[in-house]
Order: sequence, then C-alpha cells, then structure tokens
Amino acid sequence: MTEKLHLDHAHLRDLLTAMLRIRRFEEKCFELYQSEKIRGYLHLYDGEEAVSVGVIRTLRPDDAIVATYREHGQALARGIGMNVLMAELYGKQEGCCRGRGGSMHIFDRTKRFYGGNAIVGGGLPLAVGVALGDKMQGRTSITACFFGEGAVDEGSFHESMNLASLWRLPVLFVCENNLYSMGMALERAEAEPDITRKAAGYRVTAEAVDGMDVVAVEVAAQRAVSAVRETSRPYLLECRTYRFRAHSMFDAQLYRTKQEIETWRKRDPIDRLRSWLEQSGLMHAEEINKIEAEIAAEIDAAVAFAEAGTWEPVEELERFVTMDRVPQ
Amino acid sequence: MSKKSFRQAVNEALRQEMERDPTVVLMGEDVGGGMGAPGEDDAWGGPLGVTKGLMSQFGRERVLDTPITESAFIGAAAGAALRGLRPVAELMFVDFMGVCFDQIFNQAAKFRYMFGGTAKTPLVIRTMYGAGFRAASQHSQCLYPIFTHVPGLKVVIPSSPYEAKGLLIQAIRDDDPVIFFEHKVMYDDEEDVPDDPYTIPFGEARFVREGEDVTIVAIGRMVQMASKAADALAKEGISCTVLDPRTTSPLDLQSILESVQETGRLVIVDEANPRCNIATDISAQVVEQAFESLKAPIRMVCPPHTPVPFSPALEDAFIPSPEKIAAVVRSVMASPTRQAAA
Repeated sequence: MTEKLHLDHAHLRDLLTAMLRIRRFEEKCFELYQSEKIRGYLHLYDGEEAVSVGVIRTLRPDDAIVATYREHGQALARGIGMNVLMAELYGKQEGCCRGRGGSMHIFDRTKRFYGGNAIVGGGLPLAVGVALGDKMQGRTSITACFFGEGAVDEGSFHESMNLASLWRLPVLFVCENNLYSMGMALERAEAEPDITRKAAGYRVTAEAVDGMDVVAVEVAAQRAVSAVRETSRPYLLECRTYRFRAHSMFDAQLYRTKQEIETWRKRDPIDRLRSWLEQSGLMHAEEINKIEAEIAAEIDAAVAFAEAGTWEPVEELERFVTMDRVPQ
Repeated sequence: MSKKSFRQAVNEALRQEMERDPTVVLMGEDVGGGMGAPGEDDAWGGPLGVTKGLMSQFGRERVLDTPITESAFIGAAAGAALRGLRPVAELMFVDFMGVCFDQIFNQAAKFRYMFGGTAKTPLVIRTMYGAGFRAASQHSQCLYPIFTHVPGLKVVIPSSPYEAKGLLIQAIRDDDPVIFFEHKVMYDDEEDVPDDPYTIPFGEARFVREGEDVTIVAIGRMVQMASKAADALAKEGISCTVLDPRTTSPLDLQSILESVQETGRLVIVDEANPRCNIATDISAQVVEQAFESLKAPIRMVCPPHTPVPFSPALEDAFIPSPEKIAAVVRSVMASPTRQAAA
C-alpha cells in the first residue's frame, strides 16, 4: 500500500487536463442548454471535478463504476468519449445509449460504467450487486460507487453499507458531499452531519478528504482502493466539496448566499492546482493555454459530432423494452 | 414423470438450473435456512419451504441468506445480473415490494431500454401472492397488475405445478427481469411433473379446456376455480373454454381474441383488486379489437375493491369462487343475445 504519488510533470498535467476537460465540457453544456440544444434535466458538476478525477485515476480498467445523475465528470474521467457523450446529451442515436438515456443515464458496459442514476440512492444497491457479481465470478476488480450526501438520507445507503460489509464486498463508497441536497443544507438534513461517523455502525472504514484538492483526493482514493482490493471489504471515502452552480437548471439558489459561493470559489480545485503549478514553476501559462486550446478543439468536435448526429428512427420506439429473441 | 407438489416443482426447477448453469445463484431471506449455527443450516428451506436442500448441494456461496433488507438485496441481484450472474431472488411476499420497488421499476426494468439496448438484466424475483391463507391485509395481495403495468418487466403467474416448473426454467434462462408469482395456498397442490428439465414459452396461453359457449380467462390460482365452475356448468349444458394466459406480460392477446371470436362471450376471473387489474386490461383490449364478435357484455369476476380481510368469513367472501364464476357465466348466457356484427 503506497501513499506516495509520483507528482511528476506528466502526472500533474494529466490531473489538470482531466479537470479542465470536465469544466469546459460542462460550460459548453450550459450554453447548449440555454440555446435549447440540450433539453430536459441537466445537473452540472462545476466545482466538484477533483472528486471524480482523483478517484477514477486510481481505478483499474476492469474496476466498475456506478454514478449519479451528476455524472458527466465520472464519464469523462473514465474515458467515455466526448463525442458519444455529447451526442447522448443531445439525444442523438450516435450517443453512448442511442440517445435513449440523456444526461442522467450515461452507461457504457465496455468501460464498466454501470450508469448514471436519476434516483437518489438508487445506485448503491446496484453497486453492491456489481461487486457481488465480480466476487462470485472470481474477479479481483472493485466497484466505485459515487453518490451525494443527500443519498445518505435514504434507506438504501444504510442497507447497502450493511450488506456490503456483511458480505465482505469490494465496494468503494464515494460520498460527494457538496453540502446541499438540492436546496437543503447538510446540517438541516442530517442528525449527525459527520458522514464518516455513520460508517462505524456498519464496521466500515471511513475517511474524509478535502474534495477541492485533487492531489489529496487521489492520495486518499489510492489508500482506499488498496484497502478495498486487499481486504475485499467496503470503504467509505467522503469527499468534501461544493458545487458552484445550481442543483439543476431549474434552481434559483435562494437557499444560499452569493458570498458563500464566492468563498468556495476561492478554493476552486482547478485554480488551486493551476496556480500551484505556475508558482512552483512546474507548468507555465503557455503550456496551460495549449491544453485549453486542445480541449476547446475537442469540445468543438464533440458539438459538431452531436449536431451532425441523427435521431433514432421512430420505428424503433418500441425496441429494446425486452430482449428481441427469447431463448428456449 | 411423477406426482410433485408445486413446492417440489419450483425446487426442482431451481436445482436443475443451478446444476446446468453455474451463474445461477439464489438469494433471499432464510432461503438457505437462516443464519443460525452450522447445525441449523438448511433446516427449513426458507419460509416458503421451496429452497430446501439447495444450500447443502450448492453451498453458501450460491445460496445467499440475506438480512431483511429488500432494497439492498433486490438491487444487488439486479447489479449482479448486470455483471453476468443470473440471480434468482426470493422476495417472501409480494406485499414487501413496497420497500424495494425503486430497484425493480426504476432500475432493473429500465436498463435495457434506457441504455439503448446495451444492457441486460437476467434477474428472476420469485414472490408469494394471494388470499386464502388468513394472512391479512399486508400478506395477501396479488399486485401483479402493478408489475404488468411497467414496461421492461415480464410477469409470470403459473397455475399448477407443471406450469411452475416449465415457466420458472424459462424465466431463469430469459435475459430480462422476470417477476414470478407463486400462490401461497397452492404449494401443496400436486400433479404429474416431468423429471427432466423443460421450458414453457412466455406469451403463449394455455387452453385448459375448449368449449363453444363462453371463454373464461383466468389468472393464476383462478384457473382452478374457473375449471371447477366449468365442470359444474358442463352438467347444465354450458360449454366453456378456459384459458390460462400464463404470463400477463407478455400477454397472449391473440389466443384470447381467437377464442372470443369463436364463443362470442367472455368472462375474466382475476383475484387482483378490480380497478386497473388484468381483467380490466384484457376486457379493454378485447372490446377494442373484437367488439364485433361479442354476443354479450364482457363480465369480470374479481374481489371487491378492499384490502384482504383477516376475518375468515370476510376473506372467503372476498375470493372469487367457482360458484360466483358459474353464476356470472350463467348470467352472461342469459343476457339477450346481441347480434354479432361479424
């Protein structure tokens, strides 16, 4: 179990690039929503990028991920292509789910990405099952299950923690605590606002980490992933973070002050890493600008891909409800 | 071929599929016999007595006793299905679906469609339903109409031990989530059941008997009731077709329509509460597609729109009986014959 990261230039560049890709991608999503290219519900991850980037870097390709409706970050960090992701958000059949899922239901079995999930707490029992399936089939992979602190209020959180611990299943529970479940502040929702303390009731090891610091998240996640893999036991990693934008596109944010948001913006995980890299001379503005330019080009290409995409033919409306052919 | 009870037929289907396919696993409350001391393993085969002997044959690794944690284990079964297992979960009473419904209708039922055909969830949930056991309001419901309403689920309601074995093997081999309903007063029913594995396809109704005057469609345990009614009616010269749809999703509407076209009269017997149940669903579809063939109004024989009472007197009155079915059939025969347009 190693806790030391090799913070070489390439590694730090990757972390910054991964977070910037998510941030810029979603800024474009926001624009596209305003121009009604993307419809329905859209939940942005602005401010929380360090969590998915820091955790998913520590996973192996054969590890599984279960996510939430705020999952564009996880999807990109996992390597789901920006083109098929954007096409999915448009609802085009070139999307990763043929445009059937949309923003809240990104799924890619080849990436072991077992879904965004639009039901708060809905993914936790599934993650237990994915880990069970792997373990029973003799695989050594683990399952990372992302959920917000709002899901901790659901019974499924408690049932899943208990069952994963009882059955010794390799699940990394990653709580993205952004302090608000929709508009309800943590201390108004939780009798015990320290989420790590809840794990004790299930004999699950828990740790909290500054979710606005991607290196800290990666270090903690590496420790957690190693523990899960070595012990085949669940682990709860609480990443304390903040979303800068509204819960969804239909949220006037009357429950918090602009000052509070501004205070948190000073801890922006991307700005923090970038200014540290610049101040320490590890990266220069020129190199960062080049990364930005590459990302902008990738996003332009993704938008063009989605724009050029096609709607699924209406003849397929009733396809895929159940299997096409039934075995005898 | 030998006489087997409904309970033995289900047990045999599970055992034979577990022998055939190592990815078939069981989970549920006390399915292995509880979490007691080693000596108590497999003591009773679960509250339904259905899984007895399976843990000693397949081990704790494949027969998982769960705590009373339906959301977690039904969801875990769905998640494990996504990763290549074929879990058969036992949810003791269908009434308990209330605490884990999200995992069934928002999760398992949606994956294939919502993920563009790229996911499959080969999951079976076996559950006990029905009135007649003096089990009162929270342990006696049918509820299969609710599952039938949800696209992506398959709903199987076997009417006999033979049907149960063939349909359960089919359910386990199916790649979609299947809800498999076992009536709690039918576990000791016996009939000849083949020893070898066999399957019964979904969406193919069974003609239990064929007659000329009236088509009776009956669901689950009501097939027995309808058959008894048909026996009595035959003595009065009324000849009934009794049709068992076997699965309400998919539903073999075609067989029902063809039978109604022959007899011109339809009675539907459903133990589920009468609003938005299988009887109303079939009735609506027949009216829409075969109205011209009907010589008389469709009649439904269902319980009243009440919870299932505990009082034995009230519960007996709640359940559709052969006498009630026969009376309704007589009334259909007595109604002035409508000139069939066809």
